[in-house]
Amino acid sequence: MTEPMRPTPSPQAPAAPPRAASQMNWQVGLAVLVAAAILPFFLKNFVVFQITMVMIYAIAIIGLNLLTGFNGQFSLGHAAFYAIGAYTAAILMDKFDVSYVWTLPLAGLVSFVFGYLFGLPALRLEGIYLALATFGLSVAAPQLLKLSPFEHWTGGVQGIVLMKPDAPFGLPLNSDRWLYFFTLAVGALMTWMALNLVNSRTGRAMMAIRDNPIAARALGVDAPRYKALTFGVSAMYTGVAGALGAIVIAFVAPDSFTLLLSVSLLVGLVVGGVGWIPGAIFGALFVSFVPNIAESLSKGLSGAFYGAILLVVIYLAPSGVAGLFRAAMIRLKTKKAQGRTA
Amino acid sequence: MTKAISRRHAFVAGFALSALIAASPALAQKKNGPGVTDTEIKIGNIMPYSGPASAYGVIGKTEQAYVDMLNAAGGVNGRKIKFISYDDAYSPPKAVEHARKLVESDEVSFIFNPLGTPSNTAILKYMNARKVPHLFLATGATVFGQASVNPWTMGWQPNYQSEGRIYAKYVADKYPNAKIGILYQNDDFGKDMVKGFKDGLGAKTSLIVAEAPYEISDPTIDSQIVKLKAAGVDLLYNSTTPKFAAQSIKKLAEIGWKPVHVLGSVSASVGSVIKPAGFDNSQGIISASYAKDPDDPQWKDDAGYKKWLAFMDKWAPAADKNNSLNVYAYNAMQTLEAVLRQAGDDLTRENILKQAQSLKDVKLDMLLPGIALNTSATDYYPIEQMQLIRFEGQRWVTFGEIIKGEIGGK
Amino acid sequence: MELFIQQVVAGLATGSIYACMALALVMIYQAIEHLNFAQGEMAMFSTFIAWQLMQWGVPYWGAFVLTIGIAFAGGVFIERVVLAPLHNAPILSHVVTFIALYVIINSFAGFIWDFTVKPFPTPFGTSPLLGSNLIGAHQAGTIAVTLAMLLFLFVFFRYTRIGLAMRAAAANPTSAKLVGIRVGWMTALGWGMAAAIGSVAGMLIAPIVFLEPNMMLSILVYAFAGAVLGGLTSPGGAVLGGLIVGVVENLAGTFIPVIGGELKLTIALVIIVAVLVWKPSGLFGRSIVVRV
Repeated sequence: MTEPMRPTPSPQAPAAPPRAASQMNWQVGLAVLVAAAILPFFLKNFVVFQITMVMIYAIAIIGLNLLTGFNGQFSLGHAAFYAIGAYTAAILMDKFDVSYVWTLPLAGLVSFVFGYLFGLPALRLEGIYLALATFGLSVAAPQLLKLSPFEHWTGGVQGIVLMKPDAPFGLPLNSDRWLYFFTLAVGALMTWMALNLVNSRTGRAMMAIRDNPIAARALGVDAPRYKALTFGVSAMYTGVAGALGAIVIAFVAPDSFTLLLSVSLLVGLVVGGVGWIPGAIFGALFVSFVPNIAESLSKGLSGAFYGAILLVVIYLAPSGVAGLFRAAMIRLKTKKAQGRTA
Repeated sequence: MTKAISRRHAFVAGFALSALIAASPALAQKKNGPGVTDTEIKIGNIMPYSGPASAYGVIGKTEQAYVDMLNAAGGVNGRKIKFISYDDAYSPPKAVEHARKLVESDEVSFIFNPLGTPSNTAILKYMNARKVPHLFLATGATVFGQASVNPWTMGWQPNYQSEGRIYAKYVADKYPNAKIGILYQNDDFGKDMVKGFKDGLGAKTSLIVAEAPYEISDPTIDSQIVKLKAAGVDLLYNSTTPKFAAQSIKKLAEIGWKPVHVLGSVSASVGSVIKPAGFDNSQGIISASYAKDPDDPQWKDDAGYKKWLAFMDKWAPAADKNNSLNVYAYNAMQTLEAVLRQAGDDLTRENILKQAQSLKDVKLDMLLPGIALNTSATDYYPIEQMQLIRFEGQRWVTFGEIIKGEIGGK
Repeated sequence: MELFIQQVVAGLATGSIYACMALALVMIYQAIEHLNFAQGEMAMFSTFIAWQLMQWGVPYWGAFVLTIGIAFAGGVFIERVVLAPLHNAPILSHVVTFIALYVIINSFAGFIWDFTVKPFPTPFGTSPLLGSNLIGAHQAGTIAVTLAMLLFLFVFFRYTRIGLAMRAAAANPTSAKLVGIRVGWMTALGWGMAAAIGSVAGMLIAPIVFLEPNMMLSILVYAFAGAVLGGLTSPGGAVLGGLIVGVVENLAGTFIPVIGGELKLTIALVIIVAVLVWKPSGLFGRSIVVRV
């Protein structure tokens, strides 16, 4: 018995899809980069470490944004790709003595392959079903990492302890600052790549598939190919973030990559704003610091406070920081237009 | 004449004074290491107050209550304790962040009783590289007592392999022809207990006919119990955490299976395991313990027990007295207090570590009589003795002698 | 062979838990076409309320009925107060709201009742069913109650006006509004019913796994697998799916050598993905046709 039903909803695009100019003004981007470059010299090492982790989560969130925000494929499973990247880096460094720098592209490659492979069966899944499948992936990942046949490589439940790298060429930077700059460079590069991607033809194809898959197909967009590729690219971003995370924390264990991480990435995505690349940094700031704030408010009820803050943010900004930014842009443009006609 | 006498007096007084100074070097000058002032000492702690291991968060709360009690009495050596405890939700990256925060931002003197093997593994290298005492870890993982590898890290409770060996000795003695089945949690804790057990059995590991692991994410362990029973097991070595221990005891009763049941001490709590599982179902279970069970009426008039009870009533009235974790917290804090008192006014990190290495026969209120803390520069396992106990009626009854686990001291 | 039968029966017993929870999940999916990740926590919280009532002296069946009522009211309240304002927000914001609910409810439960396990009584007794040593009376009772709820839901949706109104509101809100159905309240009603069913599931599950704030997380995954297997649009399928998942888990754990016991979650994942790829509507669900 078939019933006419509403099409299963995919994550909706914001009212006015952002155009190239409002994704990120390159002047703003440059200013941010310069500010970020001098920041670590004024901060304690521990804070530098924290901000490095924020940047790492931001890269992971960009990955999720590409898949969910720009391509409309829901994923609750990105902790698995983060873990794949992290373990690839850890095993390469621990067992094969590969320098940490080279682990990044290799981790990215491995994650891409896994992402693409998962994206293939995911082609047939929509909305809530894809959410479930990725949910299952996230929950199963730690268990897979603990499997005894792989223990020799993965360290099983004990994980792998790594050495934190020092600055190369005898640069007068301590380990924290060096890793900060390293992450900043990688992050800037990957953000630039992502911006180029979404502003390109491929990006438009991705967004078309999100907004109206049937129309897109009617216009000749090869949906399956783009969807699977996007899954791969998204996994690659999160995998590289995972590798960076492994290097900075200097430790990987199955307990580090649970469903909680997937959920955090998703929360970060929504708070930052779907479909807006710079939103990732706001989302990353939220998921890194708000739990600490909640804990300082009340140890026993830290979860409740975190949830309450999250709800408040969602109510005030249902489309995340991106929504606020867009509203501000519109008001600015309206004022400018009014200024001209006045 | 007076001049001679007064000079002699001065000489004697001077001699006495210098003798006094020489005899108690600690009083000579206050040495405040990082995190210590003349009036305060900052101590860091990391506990899972949320997340999958949140049941253990109560330890941190009771430890804070103990600190409150110490501070109300003026602190230790005139210094009040500031106990800074953060929630890592059992996640290693969070533990790393908190450890760094404690050391670099809060500038604590040392970190005490952080909980969980993954979290402690994550911060191990950092603590030792920074030379910050990483004391009395809340985990029995054997790896944390290796003095030569990680000199700044010291365990506290009997390590899991020791405990496994103790059971193995008993089983090999009393049940030489048993068909042994092992139910174990598939993580570092469960596997450590199993390794100790197997090492202890030595040649007799052939007695093991079936092993059934389970994951913390499994809702029940019914399937594993069924499998073990079907393999013809008549002695069950049960290395589980409280929730699953309670489930297994209940399941055994439900299917009417009565093997000899050896249960790891982590799950020997009356309040958290035996009571939910049912007293009737728990008769005859064998375990081991190093601490007094608060539900055991034999301690009713015991001085140590009464002190603990008074502490709980006054400083942690809302806490559950049946929860053995509250005894754990008390014992751990008493150990800390002993170390601090021993250190006196020399509260540099080096000396705090040194004092932790110098515990000689230290008895605590809630340790079983005959069990004491002992450490040295090469022995980083403070508690190595355990007492076998059997559940009879409504309580654990001790039997046999106090046994010393064989690992440790190396 | 005997081990096989025993594991199948044990699997049915565990599967009864999944089936019960899967029913609640499908119920809410039918009402709002979202999967509520906080469903498990709501069920757990309701079970704690029942426990607390019994601590205060209310007899079992009294607490049981009261809890269902409280859960129902709670579900309606959450929908009207927390979710209705977000009506027009993108779907991802809804998901994040569910996540926030999950965290809040879990945190409160831990704060009020702490994290040690508590025993929860069962009305069916703990002795084996008919002395057979195969399946406990409680597990058999769980299956019976689940089937009874199923029957109730079937009758409700098919033969009552309100049931029809709810189905209409979920299927086509715009048309439903045009014929005078108050869609908002239908959604709230759906939430209330799902919460009520969830509370029953919780009260049936707690005696087996022991009551504690984190008891639902592991069950949720398998319940999802069961719901997907049976079909998200078919309550009966969800129940059957839950039972099948329980049996498959057990058999795999017992008979796959070496790593069988370590693979349970992976198997759940594989089930979910495989079913969704080959037969997205599940074994018994209706195929969904989308008009373009």
